Amino acid sequence: MSCHSDTATSPALDVENAQRTTLIALAGQPNMGKSTLFNLLTGLNQHVGNWAGKTVERREGSLTHDGQRFTLVDLPGTYSLTANSAEERIARDFILHEQPDVVIAVVNAANLERSLYLLAELVSLPAPVVVALNMMDVARQENILVEPEVLEAALGLPVIPMTATRAEGVRELFAAVQETLAGRRGLVARLPEIREDHRESLRVVLEAVQGYVPAPYPTAWAATKLLEGDEEITQQMRALLPAERWERVHQELMAHEDAFLAVATGRYEWIGRLVRAAVVRPRVGQIGLTERLDRWAAHPFWGLVILAAILGGVFWMTFQIGAPLQEWLDTQIIGRVSGWLAAALVSAPLWVQGLVLDGVMGGVGTVVTFLPILVIFFAVLGLLEDVGYMARAAYVMDRFMHLMGMHGKSFLPLFLGFGCNVPAVMGARVADSRAAQLLTILLAPLVPCTARLGVLAFLAPAFFGAAAAWVSWGLVMLSLGVLVLVGVVMSRTVFRGQRSAFVMEMPLYHIPNLRTIGLLVWQRSLSFLEKAGTTILVFSVVVWALAALPGGDLENSWLAGLGRWFEPVGLWMGLDWRLTVALLASFFAKENSIATLGVLFGSAEDAGLASTLAGIYSPASGLAFLTVSLLFIPCAATVAVIRQESGSWHWTLFSVALTLAISLAVGAGVYALAVWGGL
Amino acid sequence: MQPTTLNQTRLLDLQAGERGLVISLGSGKQLISRLTALGFTPGGELVVNQNYAHGPLIVTVRGGRVAIGRGEAAAILVERRDE
Repeated sequence: MSCHSDTATSPALDVENAQRTTLIALAGQPNMGKSTLFNLLTGLNQHVGNWAGKTVERREGSLTHDGQRFTLVDLPGTYSLTANSAEERIARDFILHEQPDVVIAVVNAANLERSLYLLAELVSLPAPVVVALNMMDVARQENILVEPEVLEAALGLPVIPMTATRAEGVRELFAAVQETLAGRRGLVARLPEIREDHRESLRVVLEAVQGYVPAPYPTAWAATKLLEGDEEITQQMRALLPAERWERVHQELMAHEDAFLAVATGRYEWIGRLVRAAVVRPRVGQIGLTERLDRWAAHPFWGLVILAAILGGVFWMTFQIGAPLQEWLDTQIIGRVSGWLAAALVSAPLWVQGLVLDGVMGGVGTVVTFLPILVIFFAVLGLLEDVGYMARAAYVMDRFMHLMGMHGKSFLPLFLGFGCNVPAVMGARVADSRAAQLLTILLAPLVPCTARLGVLAFLAPAFFGAAAAWVSWGLVMLSLGVLVLVGVVMSRTVFRGQRSAFVMEMPLYHIPNLRTIGLLVWQRSLSFLEKAGTTILVFSVVVWALAALPGGDLENSWLAGLGRWFEPVGLWMGLDWRLTVALLASFFAKENSIATLGVLFGSAEDAGLASTLAGIYSPASGLAFLTVSLLFIPCAATVAVIRQESGSWHWTLFSVALTLAISLAVGAGVYALAVWGGL
Repeated sequence: MQPTTLNQTRLLDLQAGERGLVISLGSGKQLISRLTALGFTPGGELVVNQNYAHGPLIVTVRGGRVAIGRGEAAAILVERRDE
């Protein structure tokens, strides 16, 4: 990515300008339009990375408004700040330790009561808060009337009505930020209090910790967190307090184990007063758009029909637009560049030609031809997410995913695996616990992608004639069966007891924001190119070297040697060294196994090769080869994103070992059965 | 937890369209914390939007729509409210 704009950020610039830029943190619950606001304010002047040591996305951007420079940090969307999840800890630590000049709290006008819960926590932290009352348009659509001036007066905080999707209210928001920075607004925030029956407990705890709460924690906040049973604060205070004082706190906490609910109820009482003052509810019995749509989209039967139709549409689009585009890129761009390079390198040594044309350009070609499909998938995912449909898909699939110890949320990423495993792995972040993310990532490679289905479609007719369709169908069902089985086993062993409860917000439907989706597609694609792309390139060159060295012909190469070395293992599945080499080559890209066989049998990639193979190998070997192909180690691109998304080589190697073991075991089993059955 | 009076019931047993008042949330600190942040607290009013025999429920609580698994809904105790 090239950022030539003078407002582009880089870590070096940030340090240099620390004195002059104002730091704004953007906080809010999920589905409040926080990302839309962030994108609106920063445009392409944003940097996407991960929070240090976490797989949570960190977005930071910069902008200039009225000659003043601002650095904007988008905090992870969380429902509260209880330090239960990585996201919650990140959000609260940022506000406490980085001390932003202003926190913009994004709340949803159409769902004020719930969205003020996070604000109830934010106002107790030591940072000035400006409230962005977003989604005024959705509130109107759902017949909810919110009065911003009344809310501002009742809260004691600046409240700015906005519709970020239409860029309404930005000027007013910045005016409020500037007034707050200058201390001109003259408001005094009203803070929520603990429910009445626990005020005495709070007083006791407050008195005990007085003078011992470390900076930057406010004393009242720390005392409340103790009553809430916050593990982080409890541990710190236990270490810091003299034994006698800790004992007093401990006694009080033991006597009031339900204090957490008293704190939460106190917050909702505070919210209730605000909402009663500022919101005019719709007439009873009036049904909103969301309720009407959900009667279909979340229906146990029609919901599945709608989901199937949408997914069908996605694949139709992928093949109608993605495949031709892929083809075009391959011939027009990759083919031409390869042509020019071949002409330029005509007098270079043969190995240089091979390295550049087969190794490097082969890798670049894979990366580039992946892009159209990825862009389409990212766009569709972004659209479904932004409209609010994603939660419905998760909802209707939940009862099926339950079997594998997963949530409905993991369904869509896994399903996309049929197109390509890469977006499946990258989509795993929607799952809401680390265990669920990892399980999704580990299962994704077991979904047969188009490239593997292509190998199946190419070889099955030659081996099985009229029965090819049934054999193919059976093999796809077999690999899905393996996926379910692995999911069931893993959720009861490796991830035992880690299934988090299924509680999920069903956001209101709204018109998608193309800017948000566009930026998402741009960032995801860029991240794929930057990280996975370089890995793929390296793999590509390595595989080329193994196939070309030492002599230059595949038959006598190191790759062939490797194939011969593995032949004893291959023989369990009825595979000789050539089929084994084809499998090894498929690690680079799944369709490579056909190309490799083409080289080994000296014929082009046409029907001739398939029938040649059918002539040489028994149907049992063919069946075993197809089985192993479907379940084998994922391709290099998938392995690269597994590493990127899991953030650990440990899990990446685990995934490789898992697929290897499964493919060998199932392949050997299928071969034995086929031989026994007389194939 | 078992219902103690006639009007108390599990959230799971409320039909679509029925209203209730949350009495207790069941156990598990993590779960209670998540439920609370989504609007479930003792005394909070809710309406069941959808409850078929299988799959999660959809409940409107404090103005927000929330999908909740059957297991989780079985642990939440509510007082049934008439219209």
